[in-house]
Amino acid sequence: MRLIQTTGLILFLLGFAIFIGSFFLSNFQITKEQLEEVLTESEIKTLEPHLQHMVNQEYGSNFSFIHDLNQTFIEANEFTMETYGLSKVDLEAIAGSSGASYPRDFSLDVLDQVFNSGDEVDIFKKKAFTDYGGWLDQRAYESREGLLGDLGSVAENFNKYGIIGQKGFDKYRVKDLKYELAKSSSTGPVKDSPWLFLGLTYALGILGAIMYILPKIKSDGPPGIRNNNIHFSPMKHRGWLGIVTGTFFISFYIFLYYFPEYMTNWIIMVDPVSFLLKGSPAGRFFLYGFLYTLTILVMGTRMLINYRHSNYQIARTISVMFFQTSFAFLIPEFLLRLNKPFFDFKNIWPLDYDFFFDNELSTLINSGSLGIFMLGWGIALIVLGVPILVYFFGKRWYCSWVCGCGGLAETLGDSYRQLSDKSLKAWKVEQWMVHAVLVFAVVMTAGVLYTYWTGSSEILGLNTYGIRETYGAWIGAGFAGVIGTGFYPLMGNRVWCRFGCPLAAYLGIVQRFKSRFRITTNGGQCISCGNCSTYCEMGIDVRWYAQRGQNIVRSSCVGCGICSAVCPRGVLNLENASEKSRFNKPVLIGNDSFEVRE
Amino acid sequence: MRKIAIIGNGISGITAARHLRKLGDDEIVVVSGETDHFFSRTALMYIYMGHMTYEHTKPYEDWFWTKNNIQLLRVWVQELKPEEKQLLLSNGEHLSYDQLIIATGSKSNKFGWPGQDLPGVQGLYSYQDLELMEENTRNIQKAVIVGGGLIGVEMAEMLRTRNIEVVFLIREKEFWDVVMPKEEASLIGRHIIEHHIDLRKETELKEIIAGDNGRVNAVVTKSGETIECQYVGLTAGVSPNINFLKESGVNLDRGVLVDRYLRTNLPDVYAIGDCAQFSDPLPNRRPIEQVWYTGRMHGETVARTIMGKDTAYKPGIWFNSAKFFDIEYQTYGHVWNELKENEQQFYWEHPGGKKCIKFVYHKESNQLLGVNTFGIRLKHQVLDQWLGDKRDIFYVLKNLREANFDPEFYTRHEQEIVECFNRQHPSASITIKSGIFSSLFS
Ligand SMILES: Cc1cc2nc3c(=O)[nH]c(=O)nc-3n(C[C@H](O)[C@H](O)[C@H](O)COP(=O)(O)OP(=O)(O)OC[C@H]3O[C@@H](n4cnc5c(N)ncnc54)[C@H](O)[C@@H]3O)c2cc1C
Ligand code: SF4
Repeated sequence: MRLIQTTGLILFLLGFAIFIGSFFLSNFQITKEQLEEVLTESEIKTLEPHLQHMVNQEYGSNFSFIHDLNQTFIEANEFTMETYGLSKVDLEAIAGSSGASYPRDFSLDVLDQVFNSGDEVDIFKKKAFTDYGGWLDQRAYESREGLLGDLGSVAENFNKYGIIGQKGFDKYRVKDLKYELAKSSSTGPVKDSPWLFLGLTYALGILGAIMYILPKIKSDGPPGIRNNNIHFSPMKHRGWLGIVTGTFFISFYIFLYYFPEYMTNWIIMVDPVSFLLKGSPAGRFFLYGFLYTLTILVMGTRMLINYRHSNYQIARTISVMFFQTSFAFLIPEFLLRLNKPFFDFKNIWPLDYDFFFDNELSTLINSGSLGIFMLGWGIALIVLGVPILVYFFGKRWYCSWVCGCGGLAETLGDSYRQLSDKSLKAWKVEQWMVHAVLVFAVVMTAGVLYTYWTGSSEILGLNTYGIRETYGAWIGAGFAGVIGTGFYPLMGNRVWCRFGCPLAAYLGIVQRFKSRFRITTNGGQCISCGNCSTYCEMGIDVRWYAQRGQNIVRSSCVGCGICSAVCPRGVLNLENASEKSRFNKPVLIGNDSFEVRE
Repeated sequence: MRKIAIIGNGISGITAARHLRKLGDDEIVVVSGETDHFFSRTALMYIYMGHMTYEHTKPYEDWFWTKNNIQLLRVWVQELKPEEKQLLLSNGEHLSYDQLIIATGSKSNKFGWPGQDLPGVQGLYSYQDLELMEENTRNIQKAVIVGGGLIGVEMAEMLRTRNIEVVFLIREKEFWDVVMPKEEASLIGRHIIEHHIDLRKETELKEIIAGDNGRVNAVVTKSGETIECQYVGLTAGVSPNINFLKESGVNLDRGVLVDRYLRTNLPDVYAIGDCAQFSDPLPNRRPIEQVWYTGRMHGETVARTIMGKDTAYKPGIWFNSAKFFDIEYQTYGHVWNELKENEQQFYWEHPGGKKCIKFVYHKESNQLLGVNTFGIRLKHQVLDQWLGDKRDIFYVLKNLREANFDPEFYTRHEQEIVECFNRQHPSASITIKSGIFSSLFS
């Protein structure tokens, strides 16, 4: 038995090592054909002079390759700025000779004289100035300085927002292109035989993991709670292994969200799977979805074995495994294959924070009746699904049975649940923070919808694109991903769900005020041992309620049921029942010495 | 404002302190030599097994005590001087009091076995015992546990998590059959063996032998067998921890003698928890009750008396619970190890052999007297009500679903249980009340 487990561990580590190794294992060589494939014609024209030295040049590492690529885009953009930017000379010319008499009215007609060469640059500048400086036309000026001042601010705005967007490469395009170029110009073993690497990493890793996990049925003894040695484990008690693992998770997310161009080999590796599923190559989020789903399936199996004595845990774990595999992973990919919009039918705004983004809305609206159905379904989940189901079952129906973030937390994250902070202080921070994110999400979405309907991107002096970009980067990627999962081994498996998830906040408000769900405590049976609080992933001090005989009604409770499972005295039970009995008077049965309890 | 001193920061002393604070604003000082803060003694095993750290076993965060103005003193009390109303502390200082609560708990029993004080031999009661056990069991292969009670079985479970071989000596025919009826005792026995414990029934310890290094090396049983081991756990019960009171003038027997109001013979001195012994015990109750729950109730009760609302200790229906490795146990009312005259029982055991339930009821009136349940959780409140209302066995079985406290989706056995009863009592033909749908929309 031990032998199988040890072999499993070795195979898993080997697969993991190859996975990590493959990150560094590519060469890059850009060819002309690839440029033509990836870039538009005008982009090639702009980029080519600066890219010359890279074409056909071989690179041995992603770091040097991307460094040069970065340089190329910077140079190309600098050149574009110089060419198309409104210079001081241009402005002087527009303002006219210093001899002119003031006050006078400014007129855009002057542009015809200044930009008169008829070449492309002049035509562009003239149009751009008209667009950005149209408001100057027919304005009265007291002095040349005043005019120059206004002209300056037009130029500044234009240089900042206008040129790169139209003639150069803005940051989004740069990000895409770097990734596309890196992927297509990558050469080497992974590119040559992705199937082989898929086998050497994923298949080997999964095989190893399964060999490690399955024998637990026998080696861990009869079914029951086996939290043995958790607090001595270097992995599960913020030891060195936990810190290493956390660092790996965090780095993975940082690369995934902010520097995908470095991880092209990992993506190339799953190309074959992507082709099988949707008939097109993989992107970074395909890789993420694939990895995520496999992790939930493998670690879900571990969960099923560990809690094989508890039907509640079994049902719940199968549920998250099912929803991740089908709803979150396979169905959206099949939809793409059928040329339908990518849609996760179980994702709910505001967790799904871009649900109301203009591009998403247009995609749905332009996708016929299926698209309209999706739109209606998504809205129905928000306004009906959440309140009705939370009323009957508590927020657990979503958070620990359906949700993808919850799914990962309950499977991969199960080993880290004891690391959540149970202090009163942490509870205060949590309440403040999670509701702030909810407000942020609502404000951001309101702004986005305002822009969608009015076409104006400015509300109360704030740029709605700016707000949504901030939200996406800081909350959507930073909080939910980097911190949410990266911090599993450091702060427990529900950092995001507890402190950040706006949907959890919404579900929680309903659960707190209008629900039949509660955790009941069993009379006077609590011995204050603390297992329940220790293993509460949401950091609820369950014992505090149990030892005074009070039902646990907390907005954050995701109903994972682990407190009830680990309680050695059978004190806790998750129940849906009449709302009347929910907020009970704390009573510890057993002492008849006096009648009324204080 | 009076000064109330409490010796002992266990469940009884701390409960008293909390309730005193709720009821008034006297000065409260809790003295204990064991730990700075109140922790859950019942969780000691989980610290050793790595389920929790010591910090996790503290039921209240450290700020709680300052916020509630309860002073904590980490020091041992050496002597009680009732005439001066003072305590002599191990640091040489004196602590005066107006009211005193003795809540000093228990210590492990040692029955004068030869070798019982050798290094590597110990009981398990205090936090210091736990630290010692950590030391004593480091890198050992084999241990012997002497005495089959709750702490013994916990110690066996603890040692197994470190892959230490365990030989478990019990004097009785079946595990804990001084308390448990034989069906239940044998069910637990089987489960203990399933966990690879070498359970030796009807085996008594004769002596403990040291090796060359002066540490324990083997035990010899009364039948003459020598069992090699590097550790011996003595878990043959506990007794009140009252040695320091011998000269104080407070009346002692095995424990500190108290009346129903938890008052000792000395004015303004009370005793509660494991160390208190009722000079006139309640019917069907032991004079010394060494469980968590009664300690808590003593604390709740004595606080009222001290605050001027004289309150006699009047526990409700007996209940208790424990866990034997993976099998949870609950009991309500009285189930003695042998049926008493006028008592009759109904026992059901699941074919898997890990769940069972026993009802003891009155032969004539059929009134329910007690329930033992293993592997099935029951609702305390419902059983308390039924026992209090003197419900009969038929009512109880008919409504059994209402009493279930198992988590959702668990297999329910009420139907089987009632069918089993009906087979044994053909005249009864009880039909069980379905509870599933009524609860969904209640
Ligand atoms: C391992 C173990 C498991 C248990 N499991 C259960 C269970 O599952 N269910 C259950 O109901 N019961 C259980 N018990 C019993 C339960 O823990 C006790 O009944 C309960 O803790 C007694 O509480 P107490 O407040 O009376 O005394 P204690 O908790 O013993 O507290 C007394 C305190 O007073 C201190 N003290 C003693 N003398 C002095 C002195 N002279 N000066 C200063 N301080 C002093 C002690 O050091 C101690 O800290 C268990 C006990 C043990 C040891
Ligand atoms: S796990 Fe159970 S017995 Fe322990 S503190 Fe929580 S509710 Fe009480």
